[in-house]
Amino acid sequence: MLRDITLGQYHPGDSCVHRLDPRTKLVLTIAYIAAVFLVRGFVGYALAAAFLLGATRLATISVRFLLKGVKPLVMILAFTFVLNVLFAPGETVWLTWGALRVTREGVLTALYFSLRLVFLVMGTSLLTLTTSPVALTDAMERLLSPLRAVRFPVHELAMMMSIALRFIPTLLEETDKIMKAQMARGADFESGNLLRRARAMVPLLVPLFVSAFQRAAELAMAMEARCYRGGTHRTRMKVLRYTRLDGVAAACMALLIALIALEGRLYG
Amino acid sequence: MPIVIENLTHTYMPGSPFQATAVHDVSLTVGDGEFLGLIGHTGSGKSTLVQHLNGLLRPTAGRVLVDGVDVFAKGTDRRAIRHKVGLVFQYPEHQLFDETVAKDIAFGPHNMGLDKEHVEARVLQACQWVGIDYQALGDRSIYELSGGQMRRVAIAGVLAMQPQVLVLDEPTAGLDPRGREDILTMVQRLHAEQAITVIMVSHSMEDVARLVNRIVVMNKGRVAMDGAPRQIFTRGEELRAMGLDVPEAVRLADALRARGFAIPPEACLPEEVCAAVAQALGEVGAC
Repeated sequence: MLRDITLGQYHPGDSCVHRLDPRTKLVLTIAYIAAVFLVRGFVGYALAAAFLLGATRLATISVRFLLKGVKPLVMILAFTFVLNVLFAPGETVWLTWGALRVTREGVLTALYFSLRLVFLVMGTSLLTLTTSPVALTDAMERLLSPLRAVRFPVHELAMMMSIALRFIPTLLEETDKIMKAQMARGADFESGNLLRRARAMVPLLVPLFVSAFQRAAELAMAMEARCYRGGTHRTRMKVLRYTRLDGVAAACMALLIALIALEGRLYG
Repeated sequence: MPIVIENLTHTYMPGSPFQATAVHDVSLTVGDGEFLGLIGHTGSGKSTLVQHLNGLLRPTAGRVLVDGVDVFAKGTDRRAIRHKVGLVFQYPEHQLFDETVAKDIAFGPHNMGLDKEHVEARVLQACQWVGIDYQALGDRSIYELSGGQMRRVAIAGVLAMQPQVLVLDEPTAGLDPRGREDILTMVQRLHAEQAITVIMVSHSMEDVARLVNRIVVMNKGRVAMDGAPRQIFTRGEELRAMGLDVPEAVRLADALRARGFAIPPEACLPEEVCAAVAQALGEVGAC
């Protein structure tokens, strides 16, 4: 049951997208989101979609899987769509019903907004699907490292993040196990009203917290035993290096942004 | 209350890149009052298999019948099945949660909907079975107990439901020899006195050799051997190929037999081998 959750949904692979430097992927994803917000019309969305599809193809990830990430957003999407259709200002009236008016501009704005959200989610999903959480925190640490000059604890923050990420699967497994053990003793996590269900969580949460604290203490001790003392003078096992691949990816993104900017001209 | 496993297959996370089939087309029947040892190397699928016996895992294919009832058929009350098939997980002390020993053991019977007196009677009985002094420890906090005591309290928590089938997943893992002996003796006594079916999962032949009357060996998700311990122990080579081994006494007997000593093949337990060796040396009565 809980084992089926994959956080960040990293899909291990060896495609050229997987091999990109995580820093490149992170920056390019941000650039992609910015580009999507620059888009003015359907041509631009088509370009953005083509780019995303191409990248997905290169990453050997099925589009169906990418769309799965949009699923939890369906409610929000429907909500913004309806709101925009009904309340966005516009002149070409298509339909009136009491005080409500559906205009051509309203429908278009609604469509654009929804598309923007979908691309945003799919773009970031592609990042997390092809980049392991550890690589991602690594990239974040390197990109934020200039902030060290103003005494911002970059390394400590990154370490905290990677430890947290590292222990999510462990804790999920632990939760799964304790849940099953209590179910074997007749515990019922599924039925009853809210209060009953909250009470039913006690036999799960108490052992989980106890073991989490124990693990934290053990980890701290193990780190100290190996003389861990934060960021200064630490070297890394995997040194991030840009390759030609990163140049190519950046060029592709620059092209996309340029095309989208041109498209803006198209609509005046 | 027999348990019948029919062509059971279990695949974790099907359809994802992490897909893994842990149990492969296993069929097995466990009769009333059996004491069965389920042996296998780490990752052989034994823990996955036993979690199907009380409906904690849903088979990907195949089915499990408990007392003739399909565990995952529509309308089956799986909670009722869990009262009948008690499952003690690996390191069960990690599941303890309540303030006191007595309250924690009462969790199971309380969930069965029993009234206060019955619950209390069962807690008392369970404590007696596992050798926990209810008077002295009943009101103590769980965290004041020793590791071995915690393990026994956790087992008592399952026994308090008075299941007809007791499944123990590696009950001796992480215990010192003394604690191990205590748990094994306790299980043996329970099986003998309460006439319940016991299924004990283990990777150690040593542990099960003297206790069980049937061994099922699992390898890579499949049943590799199924038979009486003495039969199984004659297949040392195959066992070693699966990363398992015969008990030490059997190994000694095998080695002596290879050197030409007349050790009867049915000698398996340390006492039996000792007697056989004494006889071979002409020193009857040395054991």
